[in-house]
Amino acid sequence: MKEIYLDNNATTKVDEAVFEEMRPYFCELYGNPSSMHFFGGQVQSKVTEARVRVADLLGAAPDEIIFTACGTESDNAAIRSALEVFPERRHIITSRVEHPAVLTQCRNLTQRGYRVSEIGVDGAGRLDMDEYKAAVDTDTAIVSLMWANNETGVVFPVEEAAAIAKSKGALFHSDAVQAIGKIPIDMSTSSIDMLSLSGHKLHAPKGIGVLYLRRGTPFRPFMVGGHQEKSRRAGTENAAAIIALGKACQLAGQHMEAENTVVKAMRDRLQDALMTAIPHARINGGGAERLPNTTSIAFEFVEGEAILLLLSEFGICASSGSACTSGSLEPSHVLRAMGVPFTCAHGSIRFSLSRYTTDAEIDTVIREMPPIIAKLRQMSPFGREHLKAQA
Amino acid sequence: MWDYTPIVKDHFLNPRNVGDIPDADAIGEVGSLACGDALKLYIKLDDNKDKIVDAKFQTFGCASAIASSSALTEMVKGKNLDEALAISNQDIADFLGGLPEEKMHCSVMGQEALEVAIAKYRGHEAPVHSHDHDHGPAYPDQEGTIVCKCFGITDIFLKKVIETNRLTTPEQVTHFTKAGGGCGGCIPKIKELIDEVMGASPEEPRKRPEKLTNMKKMQLIQEVLERDIRPLLWADGGDLELIDIDGAKVQVAFRKACAGCASSGNTARMVEIKLRDLVAEDIVVEEVSQ
Repeated sequence: MKEIYLDNNATTKVDEAVFEEMRPYFCELYGNPSSMHFFGGQVQSKVTEARVRVADLLGAAPDEIIFTACGTESDNAAIRSALEVFPERRHIITSRVEHPAVLTQCRNLTQRGYRVSEIGVDGAGRLDMDEYKAAVDTDTAIVSLMWANNETGVVFPVEEAAAIAKSKGALFHSDAVQAIGKIPIDMSTSSIDMLSLSGHKLHAPKGIGVLYLRRGTPFRPFMVGGHQEKSRRAGTENAAAIIALGKACQLAGQHMEAENTVVKAMRDRLQDALMTAIPHARINGGGAERLPNTTSIAFEFVEGEAILLLLSEFGICASSGSACTSGSLEPSHVLRAMGVPFTCAHGSIRFSLSRYTTDAEIDTVIREMPPIIAKLRQMSPFGREHLKAQA
Repeated sequence: MWDYTPIVKDHFLNPRNVGDIPDADAIGEVGSLACGDALKLYIKLDDNKDKIVDAKFQTFGCASAIASSSALTEMVKGKNLDEALAISNQDIADFLGGLPEEKMHCSVMGQEALEVAIAKYRGHEAPVHSHDHDHGPAYPDQEGTIVCKCFGITDIFLKKVIETNRLTTPEQVTHFTKAGGGCGGCIPKIKELIDEVMGASPEEPRKRPEKLTNMKKMQLIQEVLERDIRPLLWADGGDLELIDIDGAKVQVAFRKACAGCASSGNTARMVEIKLRDLVAEDIVVEEVSQ
């Protein structure tokens, strides 16, 4: 069965051009970029080219790019560094809807005596700026707020938040894993100090990430050892993946406009058609500014895992905010923070598109989804009661 | 992705007996929207009010919840009420060829709905929990106190599930009942309940009986397999099924991680030793691939 892949916030297909770019760096050009000989040197020059390409996408300087193993490592490195840089500051600010890569670490740090403020969001997933402003103080070492939410696509006003952090002398980090490649980001006009990026979210392979570190920002490395990445991240470079990421960033820049026109139009068509065809549904974060590729729709009276498995019968790949898919028992912390009622939270489905998504694929989802929801509602005691009450 | 058996998939994609019975003799309702799963079970009895002639269900929940409900309705048909009550959540899971441990609460929900339906029909309350975050226990007269506030689960219900399924860790209790899976605040209390149920009732050292009728022997073999052997195999991700008993010869087939395992011969010997110990000393265990 050919997949209809609408789960691009989970991971993406490696672009064929990206794969071709990295291919020679396994069996042929396998030198260590740190070596003195010509053989390592030619890898070094490709790594340098990749660094420039990544920097270009972010509006950054090449020496502000530190290659890591993944977004999670970048998040961990940023927060740890800030705490070491400001040992006298004992306060961390983040949000209730962060990715676990940030949230778990912050919560663990409370056990080491740090004060952590988790800023709430409103019903549309927008950051509570008043709560945030009140929380920042001169004890704050670091603020870590995501650029865009992985489940809903809701975009946070990170620039405004960074300026507020700055005014109190705190460092500002943003987990931009979902935003990069989908919306334009320009670090040259930004006051954000650190930024995390993950390769596999923008058509590069898994296992490569970036920590953007603004020039002049004090930093303590998370990984120590060799001199790689100017001693800011020790460990032999994953050269092939770095080269792949460089290509992926170049392509992302080229496709940025299409992402915000063509992809966005398909996303809008999908959600409009589903909202029209299916009663008792709501768009999570629908009232907020969102990424162009993401929509999270809550279907009342039904459960997400059941929806996903029925979609899967048609080759349609999506994801859910339901508890049952993850093996945990509570629905997504993001939807709960937004106050999405329990009647909907369990039945929330996220579709995340990419530049590979086609109109025909969207047509298939628009065709197959309403009968799936109807079938499950017919089976659900709550759905039936509701249908009866309406009749 | 969950590793569902083909039977689970079949009962999820083609659920049997969805719907309601307008003149049902008994209805059992458990769960709530808040908890993420709920089941409404309808039972129709024959004219003598003895045998179950029809069963239907409505389920809100994941694939395994729907499959467990479908399986349950198939299993109860043709049984009288006492036979139906004897169905355990493990029986439901077995009928489906097994469930991932994280999903065992789905089978518990089925068993529970059945118990509620029959108890209500007979005019008394069952030791259930409410699944209701807002409205307190559905059966306020029942004794017992709420242990898990997130899922509204009482100590009585937990003790019952711990005992029937011989659960030994809080994690297992969460998989089977959801208790402890929310804020986690009740996990210490769950540990106490496990100790109380599993530790405080030390069984008398069991001994091989002197003489057994064939019938008794078969029953005892099954009991030892269920109570002493399968839980050990589950712990390693394996399982076994009793295929046949012929005199002293016991045929078993290994499932899941045990199937095709290089050391399944050793496992068969372990089963044999245990059965010789607790049932009869001439027992021979044979592994069959079926």
